[in-house]
Amino acid sequence: MELKVLKRSTFPIRSEEDIVKARQIVRNWANEVGFKLVDQTKLVTATSELARNTFVHGGGGEMMLEQVEDGTRSGLRITFQDHGPGIPDVTRALQDGYSTAGGLGLGLGGAKRLVHEFSIQSEVGKGTVVIIVKWV
Amino acid sequence: MEKAKTLYALLSGHQNEILRQWQKEQLAPGVLRSDLISPDELKQQMEDFLRYLVEAVKKDETEDMSSLEAWKEVRSFLTEISKTQAKKGFLPSETSMFIFSLKKPIFQLLQSYDTEDLEKFASDLWKVNTLLDQLGLLTMESYLKSKEEIIRRQQEEMLELSTPVVKIWEQVVAVPLIGTLDSARTQMVMENLLQEIVRVSATIAIIDITGVPTVDTLVAQHLFKTVSAARLMGAECVISGIRPQIAQTMVHLGVSFQDITTKATLAEAIKYAFSRVGYRISKGESTK
Ligand SMILES: Nc1ncnc2c1ncn2[C@@H]1O[C@H](COP(=O)(O)OP(=O)(O)O)[C@@H](O)[C@H]1O
Ligand SMILES: [Mg+2]
Repeated sequence: MELKVLKRSTFPIRSEEDIVKARQIVRNWANEVGFKLVDQTKLVTATSELARNTFVHGGGGEMMLEQVEDGTRSGLRITFQDHGPGIPDVTRALQDGYSTAGGLGLGLGGAKRLVHEFSIQSEVGKGTVVIIVKWV
Repeated sequence: MEKAKTLYALLSGHQNEILRQWQKEQLAPGVLRSDLISPDELKQQMEDFLRYLVEAVKKDETEDMSSLEAWKEVRSFLTEISKTQAKKGFLPSETSMFIFSLKKPIFQLLQSYDTEDLEKFASDLWKVNTLLDQLGLLTMESYLKSKEEIIRRQQEEMLELSTPVVKIWEQVVAVPLIGTLDSARTQMVMENLLQEIVRVSATIAIIDITGVPTVDTLVAQHLFKTVSAARLMGAECVISGIRPQIAQTMVHLGVSFQDITTKATLAEAIKYAFSRVGYRISKGESTK
């Protein structure tokens, strides 16, 4: 099914404050698109995890938020992109409990479980792109 | 008609006249904020400022000082005035008018001299205009800086206010968390809670998260750390107010509160805490 983008906006992720803003804006969009409270909370929490990774591990970057439709369903697609150090072993980074920064190491794996679609592309020295989609 | 002379000579020669005109502008009804400053105080400020100004023009023009050095006193005096005005509650426009209202008296004075020397007139006018504009901007900068300081201080105060640890009963303390738990706030909550545990020799600490909109892995980690630290101080922690949507999200995240006591509501947490320290809540006669 072909994906249609109805609305798109980009936000910087360069400070703690930007992470707070990212959560707020995703909550607003999720509410508008018609997500139930539980799903809003899941998507906002995934956003919080990935935005924080972009800021903390990726050295800052941006978040692109899109309202999408695939004919039968509507949802939100969120892209987190940074030009930081990249992840040498993505499979490992996705494992629960793996953290190089003294965190809980549940952010990547957790975010993946909170959404419907999850993809990650990372290249050492180039940066990281994580894309998630959640359908209403 | 006077022959064109230095700006300094002109200003110092008519200093009193300028001051009188300027004070008339600033003390006019509707301009003077008599609720914030007394006329005498304002008059004194203006007199002092004009003296510094004339002195600086002299240094700048005749003593060939670096401009920065010559204007040092004017700038620091003006910075002080603007900061004070910001604290007292003057409007930004009122603070900048302190300088801009000087334009009229000085321009009038410039116009009164040798109209034949148009070039000199134009260049002095330009000089004074630029000068007063710069000083006006300086008042704004100082005013805003001072306001920013005030806001930052208030934010810090609010941080503390928004994390009140309350003693509920002997040995029982509670802290209701509200809003975004960024690292700075969580740090403060944790410190306050631990301090209070020690101060009242608490054995049970309730952390209520009803008011926290998002619990991600960082917030969870902060909570875990707080619970461990409280344990080291001899207090058991109870986390209450985990709303259903948050509980579900935590399960997916893989965060588990397994070895931490959790209660759905603050009321239940309090009941639990009381039973742990040997009190029982029972219903008696209503006194209503
Ligand atoms: N955007 C990123 N850039 C570089 N490294 C990342 C990025 N996102 C995640 N990582 C790496 O993957 C690890 C696991 O991430 P995560 O599951 O969110 O755990 P945590 O953030 O608690 O360390 C991180 O410790 C980090 O090494
Ligand atoms: Mg993370």
